[in-house]
This record gives sequence, C-alpha cells and structure tokens, in this order.
Amino acid sequence: MKKSKLSIFMNGFIYENPAFVIFLGMCPVLGTTTSVENGVYMSLCVLFVLLLSNTVISALRKIIPDEIRLPVYIILIATLVSVVDMLFHAYLDYGIYQSLGSFISLIVVNCIILGRAEEFANKNTVVDSIFDALGYAAGFALALISVSFFREVLGTGKLSWAGNSVTIIPEDYAIKLFQRPAGAFIVLGCIVALYSVILRLVNENKEKKAALKAAQEKAVSTAEVK
Amino acid sequence: MQVFSIAFAALLGSNIILSRFLGICSFLGVSKNRKNALGMSIALIVVVMLSAIICYGLGALLTLLGMQDYLQLVVFILVIASFVQLLEFFLKKFIPSLYKALGVYLPLITTNCVVLQVCLDIMSPDYNFGTMLVYAFAVPAGYCLVMMLFSFIRTRLELNNADTPKAFQGNAIALIAAGLMAMAFVAFSGFAF
Repeated sequence: MKKSKLSIFMNGFIYENPAFVIFLGMCPVLGTTTSVENGVYMSLCVLFVLLLSNTVISALRKIIPDEIRLPVYIILIATLVSVVDMLFHAYLDYGIYQSLGSFISLIVVNCIILGRAEEFANKNTVVDSIFDALGYAAGFALALISVSFFREVLGTGKLSWAGNSVTIIPEDYAIKLFQRPAGAFIVLGCIVALYSVILRLVNENKEKKAALKAAQEKAVSTAEVK
Repeated sequence: MQVFSIAFAALLGSNIILSRFLGICSFLGVSKNRKNALGMSIALIVVVMLSAIICYGLGALLTLLGMQDYLQLVVFILVIASFVQLLEFFLKKFIPSLYKALGVYLPLITTNCVVLQVCLDIMSPDYNFGTMLVYAFAVPAGYCLVMMLFSFIRTRLELNNADTPKAFQGNAIALIAAGLMAMAFVAFSGFAF
C-alpha cells in the first residue's frame, strides 16, 4: 500500500518522534537547549543535513552498491555536516556558534540521520524521502524547542531572541538548576511523560473512531441485507 | 599534576554523560542490563583509545597540509568506522568469546558520539601525546563509571515499576533519575589540583 505524503510526514513528526518516542539522537536535545535561540539554530542544522542526505541517498539508491552503502552514507553525511559547520561559522552570530560548539560536528554520528538513510531513503522515491526528512526534522525541532522553552523560562526567567528579551518570571524567582545539566534531564523526562500521555489519548481516540466507524458500516450493511 | 587534573575532570568533574550530554542513546538503551553496560563500556574504552591515537597522528598531518577545516570530520569518521570494522574482524577471529559477549554493541560504537568528540577534542593544542592518552582513557572510563552506576539504579527502577506513575514508566523515569545523578555529580566540578 502506498502511503500518503501527509502520513509519511506525521509519522516522523508525531508517532515516531525521534526524541520522545524512539529515543535516538538525544545528545543535542539535552546539550544545546539552554535557550530557544540555540534550539532553533540546532534544528535548522539538522533539517539541512537530513533533507540533503535523504534526497541525495534516495536519488542514488540504485547506483550505490549494497555492500558498501554504510561507508558511502557516512562520507556523504560527514561532507554535508562539514558544509553546514563552515556556513554557520561564516554567517551565524559567533556567540551562538560557540554555544552550539561541537554539537554541529556531532550531527555526523546522530543516529537519526544514518537511521533514516538506512531505513527509508534507500528504499523509497526522492519525493517520499523529502517528506520523511521534513517530518523527522520537524519532530526533532519540536523536541528541541519545547525542551529549550521550558529550560530558558524556568532557568533564566525570560525569553530572548537576537538580543531582545521578554521577562516572564522575575529574575529572583528563576531556578538556576534548569540551566544546568541536571535540569535538562529532568525537563526532558517530564516532557517525555507528558508526550506519552498525549500520544496515548490520541491513539485511544483514533481507535474509538475506527470502532465507531466499523460499527456504523456494519449497521448499514445489515440494514442493506434486510 | 596536569595529568591528574585532566583525568579527574574527565572522570567526574565534567563527566561525558552527565555534564556534556554525549553518548545518551547508548546510556538509555544499553543500561537496562548490567552485563551489557559493562561490555559496551569496555568496547568503548578500547575503540576510543586506539582511534584517538590514529586520529591524533592523522590530524597533525592534515594540519600540516592545511586541510583540517574541511577534511578533518570526514577523515575522523572514516577512521572510526573502519577501525570498528577491523576490531570486529580481529575479535571474531582471535577472541570469539569477547566477540560474542559484545555482540551488537560493537558496530553501534561507530555512531557513539563519545568517540568522535574525543578525537575532535584532542586536536586542541593543549594536548601533547602523553596527556592525550590520559584524556582518551579517562573519558570513556567516566562513561563506564556512570553506565555501571546507572545500571544499578535502572535495575531498581524496573523492580519497582508498578509504583511508578504510568506516564513515567520506562525512559521518562530513567531520565529523571539521570537528572538526580547529574545533580550529585555537580559536587565534583569544583575540585582542582
């Protein structure tokens, strides 16, 4: 059965969210989320690399010999990451570049990118792979931005973007812990728990709807028989 | 003295898992079972030390040729990937018992960020060959320490699974336990030799 583009996108975005459901590529979710700005730039990085790697790999999927596909993917991804690293170094605000630090280079070994290449891009068409990449990158961005939102608001009491900031909690009441590593683990743990509750409600709702629909169809068909 | 401060910082003060957030995938994935956690950590120590030595030499060569900006990452990841593959062949042939024990964790080390991070770190001019070796041993040893401690906690969590709220069962409560552990490890970060 051919899947619709939307369901491919939603799969990565919601149902198999990389950080909340399948727990892959977690390092940047914890390491680069001290502020929303960092989170957004990190997700842009991942989006760029994932989109290009999925596109190129699915375009070349019939040319790359099966036995050496992993080394080929690794070299391709490492090249793309080097490009992103140099672009960010040249054009991005230097403070943000420094706070992302080696996490940009470490996208090379991020399991999501290699995982998508291996699981999806080498079996599917270019257009499908692009939607898959967009879905997973969006899911990753959802994780990064939600974690960094809570860490920034609770840890510093304000939200800032490009030098401008809005105070939400008075600074004296901010809890510094959330800017620290320990806070990252705790915020992520709470969000994962919240997400699992939401996902369960969504799935139950879906099942209920499906059951209702099946019951209606059955009623209609029995009515027709009569 | 410098050797001690490097080792202490890498082991406890700025631990690779709890304060630098690297190797989280394997930290959550493998720590459910104590035996697997130990196997993964030992394999990681071997791979990190040997690939750090190779990358140290190759990195110096690249710097000499002026190509480190754009080739470093590609060369390092290739070294690591082929090294893991070689180690797999070697163990399969000569130490099959260890090969069996490590199993699936050996190929997974390629995508463990700890290895690449150590190789990138040692390119900083602060390290000479000796301190580089100490660093390359202490970082995965810190990983090993936290993995072992966490696998004990994890066993307890699994035993008391019924008491955990339903939403937190599994990885969510493990993450919070890791957060509490990170708080304890902050105490080490003030020390200096």
